[in-house]
Amino acid sequence: MVDAPEGFAGEGFFATKLDSVVGLARANSLWPLPFATSCCGIEFMATMAAHYDVARFGSERMSFSPRQADMLLVMGTIAKKMAPILRQVYEQMSEPKWVIAVGACASSGGVFDTYSVLQGIDKVIPVDVYVPGCPPRPEQILDGIMRLQEIVKSESVRRRGSDEYKDLLGSYNIK
Amino acid sequence: MALETSVIQNKLIENFGLKVADFFQQHDIFTFEVASDSIVEVMKFLRDDATLRFNFLTDLCGIHYPDYDKDRQFAVVYHMHNWVDNVRIRIKCYLNGDQPEIDTVTGLFLSSNWQERETYDFYGIIFKGHPQLKRILNMDEMESFPLRKEFPMEDGGRTDKDDRFFGRTTQNC
Repeated sequence: MVDAPEGFAGEGFFATKLDSVVGLARANSLWPLPFATSCCGIEFMATMAAHYDVARFGSERMSFSPRQADMLLVMGTIAKKMAPILRQVYEQMSEPKWVIAVGACASSGGVFDTYSVLQGIDKVIPVDVYVPGCPPRPEQILDGIMRLQEIVKSESVRRRGSDEYKDLLGSYNIK
Repeated sequence: MALETSVIQNKLIENFGLKVADFFQQHDIFTFEVASDSIVEVMKFLRDDATLRFNFLTDLCGIHYPDYDKDRQFAVVYHMHNWVDNVRIRIKCYLNGDQPEIDTVTGLFLSSNWQERETYDFYGIIFKGHPQLKRILNMDEMESFPLRKEFPMEDGGRTDKDDRFFGRTTQNC
């Protein structure tokens, strides 16, 4: 059970902000879309499995359809030829959506300092959390998910309709 | 070995004269040069001759030699394999640096289709008569031929890479 957000409790009632309730609900049922292209994906498979068990954080349901996913986990080297596909997957996700770049390659291109590799997925889509490591251990991926939960909990329900958010997507040419 | 390299060399010189040259044994593989305009007939002969029987095209690739003479700045390298006697050969064809063009061998070996596309993709070598000469591995929008020496290996949009850690400085310290 998660802890209740800040609020006023009394005899038979509890009052708090809508933001907190919505954030609480969203943060504890993040459906991941694993976009795994290399070894970080293998680490994520361990993260999903019984030993590390990402289900403890409300993410047991892998969504292999972008339309029903909340959290895009990009794990592995993204070749430039793959970039439009990653972008399309991101565009197909419904709001609200968050992105975690798992591992050095997704975050910055990693050791692949070469013409054929995208130098970090933040060149094509906005990223919320970066997980370092080559590849990161499952604990680090879980830490990334928990940090994303903090972001989700504190996000305003109005953020997705705000001008700042539209500008952010506009800077990536996503309408 | 059932098929001696001297037999290969003599047969080729007998049939093609000056179009084949520079025979030598490089480590464990017999290597020679073929004039780029006669590669198809030489390969057809190597494949169909009753004693040579080089029935398999193992590999086809390109090389860029920017410091060589203008006429020899590109090379296409063919590796052929005789499965019956288990003998391999390497054929080199040198091409002009400004106009790297050679006839396709897709008529002889269908497997060369993708390999020639790959060679075009990375070196810009034109294979005349190829059924579908377009990029195969790199993205279609790419304008350079990345394995030519004049193009940089690293991505132009890199922002947080330190040259020292990628072997791109002479001292690396």
